[in-house]
Amino acid sequence: MRRDGTALVAEGDADVLVLGGGPAATWAAIAAARAGAQVTLADKGYCGTSGATASGGNNLWYVPPDAAAREESIQRFEQAGGLLTDRAWMARTLELTWAQVAQLDHWGYPFPTDADGCVRRSSLQGPEYMRLMRRQVRRAGVRILDQSPALELLADADGVVSGARGVHRQRTDAGWAVRAGAVVLATGGCAFLSGALGCNPNTGDGHLMAAELGAEMSGMEFSAAYGIAPAFGAQTKGRMYQFARYYHADGTLLDLPAGLSARLEVCRATLHGPVYARLDLAPPQIREAMRWAQPNFFLPLDKAGVDPFTDLFEIRLVLEGTVRGTGGIALAGDGCETTVPGLYAAGDAATRELVTGSRSGGGSHNGAWAMSSGTLAGRSAALFARRPVPGHGQLRAVGRAGLPGPDAEPAPADPVPPDEVIRNVQAEVLPPARNMFRTAAGLRDSVRRLDQVWTDQVPRLGPRSGRQRAREAAAMTAHARWMYAAALDRQESRGLHRRDDCPGTDPALARRLRVGGLDDVWVAAEAG
Amino acid sequence: MIEIISAANCIDCDKCVEVCPTNVFDAVPGGHPVIARQADCQTCFMCEAYCPVDALFVAPTSGPAPPGTIFTDEARLAADGRFGEYRRWIGWGSGRRPGSLADRNAELTELAAPYLGGNLLA
Repeated sequence: MRRDGTALVAEGDADVLVLGGGPAATWAAIAAARAGAQVTLADKGYCGTSGATASGGNNLWYVPPDAAAREESIQRFEQAGGLLTDRAWMARTLELTWAQVAQLDHWGYPFPTDADGCVRRSSLQGPEYMRLMRRQVRRAGVRILDQSPALELLADADGVVSGARGVHRQRTDAGWAVRAGAVVLATGGCAFLSGALGCNPNTGDGHLMAAELGAEMSGMEFSAAYGIAPAFGAQTKGRMYQFARYYHADGTLLDLPAGLSARLEVCRATLHGPVYARLDLAPPQIREAMRWAQPNFFLPLDKAGVDPFTDLFEIRLVLEGTVRGTGGIALAGDGCETTVPGLYAAGDAATRELVTGSRSGGGSHNGAWAMSSGTLAGRSAALFARRPVPGHGQLRAVGRAGLPGPDAEPAPADPVPPDEVIRNVQAEVLPPARNMFRTAAGLRDSVRRLDQVWTDQVPRLGPRSGRQRAREAAAMTAHARWMYAAALDRQESRGLHRRDDCPGTDPALARRLRVGGLDDVWVAAEAG
Repeated sequence: MIEIISAANCIDCDKCVEVCPTNVFDAVPGGHPVIARQADCQTCFMCEAYCPVDALFVAPTSGPAPPGTIFTDEARLAADGRFGEYRRWIGWGSGRRPGSLADRNAELTELAAPYLGGNLLA
């Protein structure tokens, strides 16, 4: 298999190839290995630190195996999720999360014990969790390729996904290609290089790879997730802000409605001038516990010399896109199959609409989803992989956007630097005025400009040495177009999707939207 | 963003090169690693967590440290105990207890409730 004249290092074959290195990827790799598969895991960064969980952490959606308690939780989140969730998926996710947390305990995750002597297992601290997962991945016999971003999928003559190829970004000599019976995409969501905590590796690469084979997305309109961060940084740890009060520059308190819409109004206020926060509502008796709960919220403030309990600090909104939003690759079955044979999706790369609906999955539902969807995807990929896979000579590399042509076409005469494309896409999706508070007119403007980026600039992405960045730029462009196509279609406000021109929720629109296509983007209500 | 690799403490193990999720560092044969792509740093502090000798300082700012701030003043930061700060919190390193043993996240709402009544924004 050759693509563009670059020699490929033979990385051997695998039954299952997992792309990504966060929780979903590691759970998938372990599940596939336990099902008897030879597994390779290729991560853009370092499996153990990359992705939103390692630097953040999860407060899991975690309910004991008590039928009434689970039913109550499912009902509550069905309502909160705008009636777009799926009961069977919610039940499955709760069941698998319970089992996998017990597995973490067995592996030695150091869970805390509360004052009553009970072990509390619903919170996972990122560095500890993902260091343990890496260890278990290795113990399961999985081969790990770190710092090895995948660029594109390989498919056989029938279009069945049969591996992937990519680059070793810390070596200049060659790329890699792995032939595999099935591929699991666990490449995370897309936060558009906003700097949101731990999210910069998450540029929607898996979505682009999947779409190039015709995969569909779901829930992409629920992509306006923003985190609050200190203005000097981008540490989007949100939980402690439940103890915050907010102030104008002159020190007067923001006038906020009570209840859930308060946070939305804080966000809106940032459009009109600087907003400051202080954790006024945090009882002094629990401040020490707060620090131990989320040291990575306090660390940057400590370093900056800000005491958030006594000092006002300016805040800003940082886009978390489909990392904390819910949109992603649509699933076609209970084993996390996509609509493309041989291709599975898990974690934030997959849609989380099934378990969170229109509401942000935050760390909780998304964390539970990563464990359960990863496990299911790994198992079913291992089963599918029990098939003969053609040799490298029979496989096609199917990537297109941001890559040189199959016949090693000459580079375009006027190449566009990936960073220029990225800036153009960011200008449409990062500003809260555009993405968080949406209107039909604003969305149409953005769609027109994003379409131009796709048709005029993405085909000229260069230079060749920057292929990883070029692919990221193409992936973010495609992602933004899907988001806004779905956002235009949904003429109401529901959960994370706010239309200032249609502020109400329309009961007739309580159905999921599929979106897909690259050159021609389409939207359709989900059947059934 | 990452600002300092302390030449006084770095042991050239290249762990930071290995673990950085955004590939900010380059290894240098026979020398200390270098901050090769500072603009790609996402201020996630993972390199601080993994550096076995606390030789790294990641400033809290999401852009390069403005001139005149203490974030590039190695001596002052060292005197203030600012190296290895994240590693201390998460309890990594010999003789330390994992910080997760003191994680109160799961109980936070219960702990706060008696003091707040219905005051939480949720």
